[in-house]
Amino acid sequence: MSALGLSSHESAVPLQGLAHESFAHVNLSARAVRSRLSPTPSPSLDAVLNHPAIWRGTECARVAPGISTGFAELDAHLPGGGWPTGAITEIYAERSGVGELQLTLPAAARLTQAARWLTVVAPLHVPYAPALAAHGVRLERLLLVETRTAEDNVWACEQALRASCCGAVLLWQEHIHERALRRLQLAAESASTSLFLFRSARVAPASPAALRLHVSRAEGRTIVRILKRRGGGLPPPIALDLHGAFARRSRTARQPQILEPLLAALQ
Amino acid sequence: MLWLALHFAELPLEVYSRAIRAGVREMSPPLAVSDASRDRVITCNEEAVQRGVKPGMPVAAAAALASDLRLVPRDTAAEEAAIERIAAWAIQFTPAVSIARPAEILLEVEGSLTIFHGLKHLWNALGEGLSALGFSASIACTPTPLAAQWFARAGLAVRLRHIETLRTSLPDLPLEVMQAAPEMLTLLRNVGARTVDDCLRLPRDGLARRLGPRFVDDLDRARGLIPDPRVFFTPPMIFKAAQALPAPAHEAEMLLFAARRLLVELCGFLAARANGVQRLTFTFEHHRRGATKITLSLVAATRDADHLTSVLREKLDRTTLPCPATAIALESELLLPLASRNLSLLPDAGQQEEAAAQLIERLRARLGNTAVLGLSRYADHRPECAWRACEPGSKDTASDAVAGRPLWLLPQPRPLSEIAAAPCYDGRLTLLAGPERIESGWWDGRDVLRDYFVASNPSESLLWIYRERNANARWFLHGFFA
Repeated sequence: MSALGLSSHESAVPLQGLAHESFAHVNLSARAVRSRLSPTPSPSLDAVLNHPAIWRGTECARVAPGISTGFAELDAHLPGGGWPTGAITEIYAERSGVGELQLTLPAAARLTQAARWLTVVAPLHVPYAPALAAHGVRLERLLLVETRTAEDNVWACEQALRASCCGAVLLWQEHIHERALRRLQLAAESASTSLFLFRSARVAPASPAALRLHVSRAEGRTIVRILKRRGGGLPPPIALDLHGAFARRSRTARQPQILEPLLAALQ
Repeated sequence: MLWLALHFAELPLEVYSRAIRAGVREMSPPLAVSDASRDRVITCNEEAVQRGVKPGMPVAAAAALASDLRLVPRDTAAEEAAIERIAAWAIQFTPAVSIARPAEILLEVEGSLTIFHGLKHLWNALGEGLSALGFSASIACTPTPLAAQWFARAGLAVRLRHIETLRTSLPDLPLEVMQAAPEMLTLLRNVGARTVDDCLRLPRDGLARRLGPRFVDDLDRARGLIPDPRVFFTPPMIFKAAQALPAPAHEAEMLLFAARRLLVELCGFLAARANGVQRLTFTFEHHRRGATKITLSLVAATRDADHLTSVLREKLDRTTLPCPATAIALESELLLPLASRNLSLLPDAGQQEEAAAQLIERLRARLGNTAVLGLSRYADHRPECAWRACEPGSKDTASDAVAGRPLWLLPQPRPLSEIAAAPCYDGRLTLLAGPERIESGWWDGRDVLRDYFVASNPSESLLWIYRERNANARWFLHGFFA
């Protein structure tokens, strides 16, 4: 009887210690752990915290590597270091002309350079070929699909996602049924293709998208707010300089009426 | 020499019943084939047998037993065409295919055994292919063609590789497999002959005198004692097939099932010729109402039956037939050489191209040709003329990159309202860059005299606007820096 009690006590001690330690690592900040566990700072603490099983609320989730967006500031805040592959990314543009499409172009251009296809379904207007080419998109790898109904949009998207040739699919659709969205999510997963869904900022219902971004412009920069990302935690808004110097509102920006005599002189 | 004989015993029924899916209650009605004079039932399907219909029964009795019985007259022309199409399909297994009328096909497969990893695999591939076509055959394999035919007629699926084993097992066959004339058979029965062995024991000269030299020669040919040359089948240059529907069909699913049979035939025909098809036409015949034609035009040549079926499915979903179809015909118009694909571990560029071509076809089949496009640049200074819609995947010829162009270009420039001579779009616009003067196109009547600016409104949308350089000097919105 006593032998049994002793052995159970012995085995309980190291277990308890282990549980306590790992608990501390997860819940306490690095400094607190250091002060409680050992008087001298542990050199292996960072290594311990880097353990893949430990996740802290302030950091991105560790997911499969994504496609780099081409913007280092944005990559740093995205799980996987870029656009998620095999998942839906929703981009809510406050209005047209804030750089919402341009945000996706560095990644899309790289995919087309690697001979993958870029499928554009039901865009608001025809994408302007010279501008796309100037952003590095190989136009012979671009597929433009124009449809008449929302149903066809989703169908065309699903076909493109399931085809092994497509690297990314861009879709413009305001209202999309949640079931259709889940179908698209499954199609994207099956071929690890990225789907970018562009919607206006007015609609923001719940959706299975892995990443949701809100894009607006202020002070000459494009402001990207992450509304949802894998792993949770919302970083502060990210300001990106998408349009270069020519589009920045500066003190020297000319007002039309100042230009008026100049234009008159030119004519 | 190694001969495979395919004997199609149920051909009169199968030329009809292959068009309907077996086992599905509402899709497979009881079906019986009568002789050409509509006198007696020759053969019938499982559903008809369950209702008591038997081959040999008068047509009136069969109709009385099963009120919903579909009775079709035997169509020997369709049977002959079917045999020829199966032969054309079978050339993918061996180039030496011979037709033995009325309903047998012989394949000389000695040279194909290595490619198909042995007789067993070849046999299985052949069996699976035939069931995809909707035909059932009894198959036998022997070193002589005639013996193979006899074994197939007897329904014995033998695989005899050596002439000695053939000579020992051949004598056990019943006399009927020789398909001799009825009076010859009666004569042989009267002398007590029941099997091939009994015939071999009879004196040869007497047998030749009473039954003709041909009969004796057949016995020698089957045993490989004298040569038995066969005429090999030459497939036609284009593929043409027709399939009667025993039950007039309206639903896409039923039509698709029958059409798929023809597509499988087509793909076998194409595989035998190392070709692909780029354009094919389906004709759906209606009873006294003409026909509906559906043409599939493909981006790239293919011989993938699944892909062709999916393209046809999209087309059929978009087409409404005026009334039920009674027959389907398929004709291939444009055959192109198509290299077969090498096996590779990783997906290569060729496969990606093929996948892209298939995607484009699927999209076009449902959305129409003009809905799926590519874009290319065009060397013109006028912004609205600097791009063209083109075939997806066609080469972009222009090479000079122009910076400072918006990603959205409006199809028509939109006039902007003006407040105190300043352009407005959701508020007063601020000019950020410009002017970029574009003056071009005087030669084709759509000349352009514009000063382009990048502008931003109070809510900071980036716009591409221009001012006309004429007396009006009006402002227009031409694009968004999306």
